[in-house]
Amino acid sequence: MSEAGHATVHKDYTGAKLGMWLFLFTEIILFGGMFLLYAVYLARYPKEFAAAGAELDIVLGTANTVILLTGSLLVAVSVSAVRRGSRKLAQWMLWGGVLSGALFLFNKYLEWSTEIRHGIYPNSPVLLQKEQGEIIFFGLYYITLGLHGLHVFIGAVLLAVMAVWVATGAVNRDDFVKLENSGLYWHLVDLIWIFIFPLYYLLL
Amino acid sequence: MTEQAHAAVPYRTFVIVWALLLVLTATTVAVSRIHLGPLNIWVALGIASLKSALVIFFFMHLKYERLLFKLFLLGALITLAIFVGLTFFDVLYR
Repeated sequence: MSEAGHATVHKDYTGAKLGMWLFLFTEIILFGGMFLLYAVYLARYPKEFAAAGAELDIVLGTANTVILLTGSLLVAVSVSAVRRGSRKLAQWMLWGGVLSGALFLFNKYLEWSTEIRHGIYPNSPVLLQKEQGEIIFFGLYYITLGLHGLHVFIGAVLLAVMAVWVATGAVNRDDFVKLENSGLYWHLVDLIWIFIFPLYYLLL
Repeated sequence: MTEQAHAAVPYRTFVIVWALLLVLTATTVAVSRIHLGPLNIWVALGIASLKSALVIFFFMHLKYERLLFKLFLLGALITLAIFVGLTFFDVLYR
C-alpha cells in the first residue's frame, strides 16, 4: 500500500543495463551488415576501393578519431564522477562529450561539402563516370558514415539530457543507470568509428 | 533493495586507456602508409579490434560486469562472425 504522495518505484539496475546492451547488439548487427557489404566489395574491387579511399581527407578523419576517443574518455569519467557525488565535474565532462560530438559533425560537414563540391555524391554524373568499384565505395561511404553521423547526433543529444539531469538530480549517485546507458550508446558510436576509420580512410 | 554496483572506476584508469587508444591510432595510421600488400587490411583490423577491446572493457565497463554480460557480447560477436564467414564461403568461390 503506497503512502500518500509517495509510491515505491521498482528499479532493476542489472536489467536496465542488460537491456541497453541487448539494444547495442542490434546496432552492432545493423552496422555489421554494412561492414559485411564493404568486405564483400573490397574483395571484389581492391584497387578501385583504394583509389576511391585516397580521395578522403586523412587529416580530418584522424582528427575525428581523436575527437571521438576523447569524448568517450570524458563520458566515462562523468559516470565515475556522478558515483562519487562530483556533480559539477560530471556536468563538465558530459558537456565536453556533447562538444566532441559537435566538433565531429562539423568536420563531417567540411568533408562532405568538399566532396559534394567536387561532384562526388550518390548518383552524381561525376561519380557515375568512375569505375564500378569506386561507385560502390562511395555508396557505402555515404550510407555508413551518414548513419554513423546520425548516431553521433543522437548520442550528443542524449549526453546533453544527461548533463541536465545530473544538474537537477534526476541522475545521482544512487540512481545513475540512465547515465551509464547513455554512455554505452556513446561508446558504441566510438566503436563503430574505430572500424570505419581504417577501412575507409587508410586504404593503400 | 538496490543492487550494489562495484566501486567507481578511478579517473586515472580511463586516462591511461585513452592514452593507449591514441598510441594505437597513431600506429594504425603509420602502418597504413607502408605497403604490406594483403597484410595491410589484417593489421588494420587487428589494431581496430585491440582498440575496441579497450573501449568495451574499460569505457563500457564490461571488465567489471558479471559474466552474463560478457557471454551475451560473445554471443552477439559469434553471430556476426557467422554472417561474415558464411557470406564469404559463398562469395569467394563464385
